[in-house]
Amino acid sequence: MKPASFGYADPTTVEDALDVLAADEGAKVLAGGQSLLPLLSMRLAAPTTLVDINRVPGLDGITVSRDGVRVGALVRHVQLLHSAEAAAAQPLLGRATANVAHPAIRNRGTTVGSIAHADPSGEMTSVLALTDGSVTVATPGGRATIGWGDFFVGPLETSVHGPAVVLDAFFPALPERSGTAFAEISRRKGDYAVCGAGVVVTLDADRRVSSARAAYLSVGLVPEVHDLTDAVAGKPVDSADWAAAGELARGLVDPDGDLHASADYRRLLVATLTERTLATAAAEAARRTA
Amino acid sequence: MTTKLFGEPVRRREDARLITGQGRYLDDIGSSAYAAAFVRSPYAHARIVDIDVTAAVDVEGLLAVYTYEDLVGPMAEPLPVLIPHPQLTAPRTGYPLAKDVVKHVGEAVVMVVATDRYVAEDAVDRIAVTYEELPVVVGVDAAREAGSCVHDDVPDNVAARHHQETGDVEPALAASPHTLSFTQYFERSAAMPMEGKGVHARWDADDSSLRVYTSTQASTSVRAAIAAKLQLSLERVEVIAPDVGGGFGVKIVHPWPEELLVPMAARLLGHEVKWSEDRREHFTSSAHERQQRQEVTVGYDDDGRITALDVHIWHDNGAYTPYGIIVPIVTATQLVGPYVIPVYRVQVESVFTNTVIVTPYRGAGRPQGCFAMERAMDRIAQERGLDRAEVRMRNLIQADQFPYDHHLTFQDGRPVIYDSGDYVGLMGKLKALVHWDSVEERRAEARARGRHLGIGMAMYVEGTGPGPYEGGHVQVLGSGKVLVSTGLTSQGQGHETVFAQLVASELGVPMEDVEVTTGDTRRFGYAVGTFASRAAVMSGNAVALAARGVKEKALRIAAEVLEVDPGDLEIDEGLVQVKGTPGASIPLRTVAVLSNPLRYAFDEAAKQATQFAGPGDDSKPPVAVGDAPGLEHTDYYSPVRSTFASGAHAAVVEIDPLTWEIEVVDYAVVHDCGNVVNPMIVEGQVHGGVAQGVGGALYERMAYDRDGQLQNASFMDFLMPYASEVPDVVIDHQETPSPLNPLGLKGAGEAGVIPGSAAIASAIEDAVGRRIAAMPISPTELYDLVRSDADQVTNVGPKTTGVLA
Repeated sequence: MKPASFGYADPTTVEDALDVLAADEGAKVLAGGQSLLPLLSMRLAAPTTLVDINRVPGLDGITVSRDGVRVGALVRHVQLLHSAEAAAAQPLLGRATANVAHPAIRNRGTTVGSIAHADPSGEMTSVLALTDGSVTVATPGGRATIGWGDFFVGPLETSVHGPAVVLDAFFPALPERSGTAFAEISRRKGDYAVCGAGVVVTLDADRRVSSARAAYLSVGLVPEVHDLTDAVAGKPVDSADWAAAGELARGLVDPDGDLHASADYRRLLVATLTERTLATAAAEAARRTA
Repeated sequence: MTTKLFGEPVRRREDARLITGQGRYLDDIGSSAYAAAFVRSPYAHARIVDIDVTAAVDVEGLLAVYTYEDLVGPMAEPLPVLIPHPQLTAPRTGYPLAKDVVKHVGEAVVMVVATDRYVAEDAVDRIAVTYEELPVVVGVDAAREAGSCVHDDVPDNVAARHHQETGDVEPALAASPHTLSFTQYFERSAAMPMEGKGVHARWDADDSSLRVYTSTQASTSVRAAIAAKLQLSLERVEVIAPDVGGGFGVKIVHPWPEELLVPMAARLLGHEVKWSEDRREHFTSSAHERQQRQEVTVGYDDDGRITALDVHIWHDNGAYTPYGIIVPIVTATQLVGPYVIPVYRVQVESVFTNTVIVTPYRGAGRPQGCFAMERAMDRIAQERGLDRAEVRMRNLIQADQFPYDHHLTFQDGRPVIYDSGDYVGLMGKLKALVHWDSVEERRAEARARGRHLGIGMAMYVEGTGPGPYEGGHVQVLGSGKVLVSTGLTSQGQGHETVFAQLVASELGVPMEDVEVTTGDTRRFGYAVGTFASRAAVMSGNAVALAARGVKEKALRIAAEVLEVDPGDLEIDEGLVQVKGTPGASIPLRTVAVLSNPLRYAFDEAAKQATQFAGPGDDSKPPVAVGDAPGLEHTDYYSPVRSTFASGAHAAVVEIDPLTWEIEVVDYAVVHDCGNVVNPMIVEGQVHGGVAQGVGGALYERMAYDRDGQLQNASFMDFLMPYASEVPDVVIDHQETPSPLNPLGLKGAGEAGVIPGSAAIASAIEDAVGRRIAAMPISPTELYDLVRSDADQVTNVGPKTTGVLA
């Protein structure tokens, strides 16, 4: 379990990083390394060059605006976890980040790195999807904003090919009269989720449900967002049938089974987590609507 | 006496070193050593057609490549069957490097030595081995069906048939008022020490000698094996176990192929060579344990008293049997636990599968035996409508029945005679500790919170401290330092502390003056090893006896100097003094100096022992007739048979009825290991054991697919519990001293793990009302179980027999 030999570059500008990536087709970007290094050690990946972007200035900031939260490529999970400003604009960020692995991994691992890794069992991929977020990608041709739906293509696969650095991820702010919740079930605390759910519930001015949306972890090949509004639309927030929304979700997902959970069990968890998180999110939405 | 330390919770003296990074583990040794790495079989059963190393030859830094063809003499012979047994009729072992055929994924085929491990792995990647796949046997049921065989000359896959009976079971069952039968399964787990195996070897060509460091539980026996296999004289080989990062049984197996191959390479290359096992190698190339299929029939009367017990066990021993049939014999003989079983018959078929070998892992067959017996108790309770604790009480061996002879033969060939115990006492303490009788209130309270609560219990008796012997050496230096050595090894248990406590107590010296060395053949060449909860019993008694020998000699020498009777002397705080006469004394360190008459004075202390020192009396030589120089003594402890520790565990679980997550909310342990040398260390042992018990019950399994590929060979998917999954453990002690050894000790190392699966299965069953007949159990399996509408639902199915669907 020792990596094969690889080259190493530590550019100080995005442009230099792109130059190295352009010059070497087998090069890979290294940020926090929490997913990449184990793959190297197990020789499941053998990049010819690691392009370490940790010396590139300007990528380590969390920028909060009225529109949302922009998270730079070098922001560690732990920074987002403790950012009160980010949480105020989009509470899902802190709530989801708390479920990312263990403290040691959160200290080094980056939020954008886990998004670029495109693991459908990752928390932040789902949050990006649920909030209808996007990423900014730098390529030799310039910078582009790519919406989550176009970015995630498959497990560990994005639509970005060739030399590219994901500079940041943008999570839109929580809309008015809305609440969120995030929950996951893992075999051990800090493990990849057997199933996880993040939800956003939005009420109308009369405190009736106008929207209920959910994103799931570990149930599909890419992050999935499901609109569950039909099960609860127009219902007063105090009497909405969240279990019905859970049942709706159970029918919408098509998970696989693996060592830790059968497909059926995952569907059960989708229903249960959906009901629980929607109820929590609705209560928050109600408080914000008062 | 101020130096009485026996029984005190003395802080572990090794911890400061180990937890501040000052430990010296295998991989800390030999930074300039060449590195070995292995090409291992990717197939569970295959014929080796060709090994092509051409592509590896160009790797810069490659030094040597070895295959079976390079092995000579005893190295080319099969690895030893360490513990032969008459009923092990088809013992099979592999070769240090595979010869012709591989029989499990992970079996070593080629050894590469290079300048470092990175380069060695580069070379490994470039070696092309061509295999012809052969039919694969995975899981105890497939082995039993014998659709194909692991070893061509063992067509039924049965390595051993073990059988014991204490009477005529069939008529006893026929005469029983009630009988019940059930079949259940227990899964594979593994010891999984944090530090894998590892070997470092240095050949001294000028001295023709070999020094080997290995992360082992048996350095003296590794030494003998290396000497035999490499055809070296024993005194040319020294083997040292450095700090070892956990063993839990897997490192008692020896010689591992690497323990022979690395020294062989060091000798051939004339350079230090090291191999440090990585985690993936450990999963597929070390050892696992625990898979069994158990068929149990039990007879009992109206009161729930057992009248007869008939058990048939199918034990998966993996591809080879280097450690004999110790594990299934332990299951067979320890299954009866603390109960009176009027007639008992046990039959074991130990079967080959194309999987990693099975050798003792903490508990060593006992968790399975406990699972069989305790689940039988639960079923009897349910059938008779009795409290589970009450059924157990009615079957317990009573305090006045000791020594209690089960008329069985233990794994060491000695009789299973329980030396002492108080099982009724254990049960009383356990019920109080876990509030057994008020569980219905807790259940109602949990129900109100939307949780299913259940409670379960399990009891065990554990044969500990088997022989044949261990030795101890105690030496007092002229500086006052007391050197203690024993041959068995340490893997973090706290031996440095406990043995120092014992010697300080026996000898009457401050504990700070005592230095303990274990597992170093340079210091003590005779030993058996650290396993079977035996270190305190065996080496503890041996070093105590050696200390008594030193004390006797010290008093004799001091008596001459002080011109008193030795019987009037005592040693306290390192001072030999006349009892009740202040001032009439001599430091023990001076006695040590006097014990060794010298010609040459190399320091102030030595000057006192030279021939012209002081007004000596020629008629009273400091070394008495028959005495050897030096204030030291070696002694051995050899038990007549094992001593039997015991305990009772209870688990309280809460289950989420929507997600079927299982949480162990309370875990109570009552533990009896005889006299306790250090209660803090014993509790630590219990805590660690419980953690592994919870792991085995709820998290860990070896997920082999039908092709014999281990699907979860990493800590990502093999779910060893974190601290967050392990419950707080409450402990109560009971001490029934063993009459078999001078200190009255019984072993404590394995106890904590034994009843975990039985107690937790019982608790889950109590919570959800469905029969649990296979462990471990995960939430997804519990969900399958509870939504099945069959009447007598169990979770036995192909998925839980060791093969993934």
